[in-house]
Amino acid sequence: MIKDMLKLFIENKKAMLGLIILSMFIIVAVFAPLIAPFEPKQREDAAGEFPLRSEPTSKHLLGTTHAGYDILSRLIYGTRLTLLVGMVTGIITTFVALALGLISGYFKGRVDDVISFVNSIFLVIPSLPLIIVVASYITIKGVLPIILVLSLTGWAWGARVIRSQVLSVSEREFVKVAEVLGENPFIIVFREILPNIISLVMATFFTSTLAAIIGEATLEFIGLGNVSAVTWGTMLYWAQNNAALLYNAWWWFLPPGLFIGLLGTSFALMNFAIDEISNPKIRKR
Amino acid sequence: MRYFLRRTMWLIFAIFVALTINFILPRLMPGDPAMIIINQLDGLQPQAIDSIRAAFGLETDKSIFVQYWDYLVNISQGDLGVSISHYPAKVWDVLAKALPWTIGLMGIATVLSFIFGTMLGIAIAWKRKSKVSDAILGLFLFIRSFPYFWFGLILVYFFAFKNPWFPLGGAHSISVTTADGWAYIKSIIYHGLLPGAVITISSLGYWMLTIRNNMINVLAEDYITVAKAKGLSINRIKNTYAARNAILPSISGFAMAFGFVIGGSLVTEMVFSYPGVGFMLFQAVQQQDYPLLQAIFLFITVGVLISNFIADILIMLLDPRIRDGAK
Repeated sequence: MIKDMLKLFIENKKAMLGLIILSMFIIVAVFAPLIAPFEPKQREDAAGEFPLRSEPTSKHLLGTTHAGYDILSRLIYGTRLTLLVGMVTGIITTFVALALGLISGYFKGRVDDVISFVNSIFLVIPSLPLIIVVASYITIKGVLPIILVLSLTGWAWGARVIRSQVLSVSEREFVKVAEVLGENPFIIVFREILPNIISLVMATFFTSTLAAIIGEATLEFIGLGNVSAVTWGTMLYWAQNNAALLYNAWWWFLPPGLFIGLLGTSFALMNFAIDEISNPKIRKR
Repeated sequence: MRYFLRRTMWLIFAIFVALTINFILPRLMPGDPAMIIINQLDGLQPQAIDSIRAAFGLETDKSIFVQYWDYLVNISQGDLGVSISHYPAKVWDVLAKALPWTIGLMGIATVLSFIFGTMLGIAIAWKRKSKVSDAILGLFLFIRSFPYFWFGLILVYFFAFKNPWFPLGGAHSISVTTADGWAYIKSIIYHGLLPGAVITISSLGYWMLTIRNNMINVLAEDYITVAKAKGLSINRIKNTYAARNAILPSISGFAMAFGFVIGGSLVTEMVFSYPGVGFMLFQAVQQQDYPLLQAIFLFITVGVLISNFIADILIMLLDPRIRDGAK
């Protein structure tokens, strides 16, 4: 079942394209010190101090910032934290959504009532304003609070769809048979139900990672992240706060946003592919 | 009718929960918002400190339940406290200036985006095998992956800075006022075009994708095949048979999407220095104006809840299965 899914996934063009883009970013993140011409917080080398607000030159391919940092190097190093925050948030969100969806969909009853109720509340409360309010109260600025805040507000949609899928799968014959045979409920959940909702779990992961990447960039752009960390979001924060636009410095604010969009697109493509695979009606005939 | 009552009860309850979250949040967090303003205004008498605490609704000597009750009473009287950054102006007066701008800009942009997105989605689902449909789908998947604010920055750069076709920001030119009548309205429309375009284009993909998938599901239904066999006109099948059914989940999906669109629009306002709620939220964050911050959160949440309620009622009117009360 899972093997078939993976085979269909790899054969799908959209999924493959998404996977290639993501792999490229992962390679850039892992080998950042080898690829980047300079350190992200380096302002001078043997030839002297870097110029401030430099245009692209052969030495600084994307110019330098107001503080003399090399923009290309920041972009390459920024991949690390951006990717890390996005993926970790995606994993935590998916895990929470999956756990709540499974418990609520399989065990039903009072537990389900309580979880579904909290879920409905989180669904209708607009997440970005909530994220901004919570983040502005947190005095420690860093990566961890951002991950926690984004995960806290991001699980509701996933939990809702996983629950309804679990509800329908748990009515199927093979689950009923396992129940009649007196199988342990946890074994039923993990061995019978989980493999049947795996495409939905993957879709949840892709959507929540996409949302996390955009959410992270937005928080950092507003200045609610750790502004001294090197990520694409903080690059845009510094560009905006130093009027990069009015200095005509497109090489400063264009690339980070383009990278956020490309990374987001890779997850959107994989998500779309999962939709196509699991819903044969959408697949082209 | 039972459906209507259930939705109304849910609306009231959800607003109550939003109020409660709004009350709990500042009390859960480390630090004391009242201390910020007290530190800003040096050398205050103890009585003045007490009155500031009372004004912000943070009276540590009262029990939490008394505070909660006072808070609900104050809100019901439209008293949201005093703004820190606009001290001593009341939060409500500050917020009231920003609301019309946001409601106007976001309202028009969201409606346009819903209409265009839905029409485009119907078209590309109908011609699903064509290359053009694939290209449109790919393009909007790509646009949707960008943060709104960056898309806004790019439009400002190319269409306001490089080519000064549009203003860099603001809601109208400083030289015109309400007294100028038509010139004032023209200026508002001119200033609203670029931020409006950002919100419309960025959120369009969402509606488009939703209706496309619904439409494709509906097109596989038997009654579509029957309609084709009966020899009905293509337009009739597309619009009356397929689209009308496919649009229902789109409207009920409005709930989720609207909260998302609002988030993006708020940040768009920040880029354009548009004097709406989003830009005010940005200023409130930077100046640590917690009473204003919370009032904005409360307003947006209530706005989203009411829009959801309207979407639910619309669904009830459009869908006989719900209207005649299956459940």
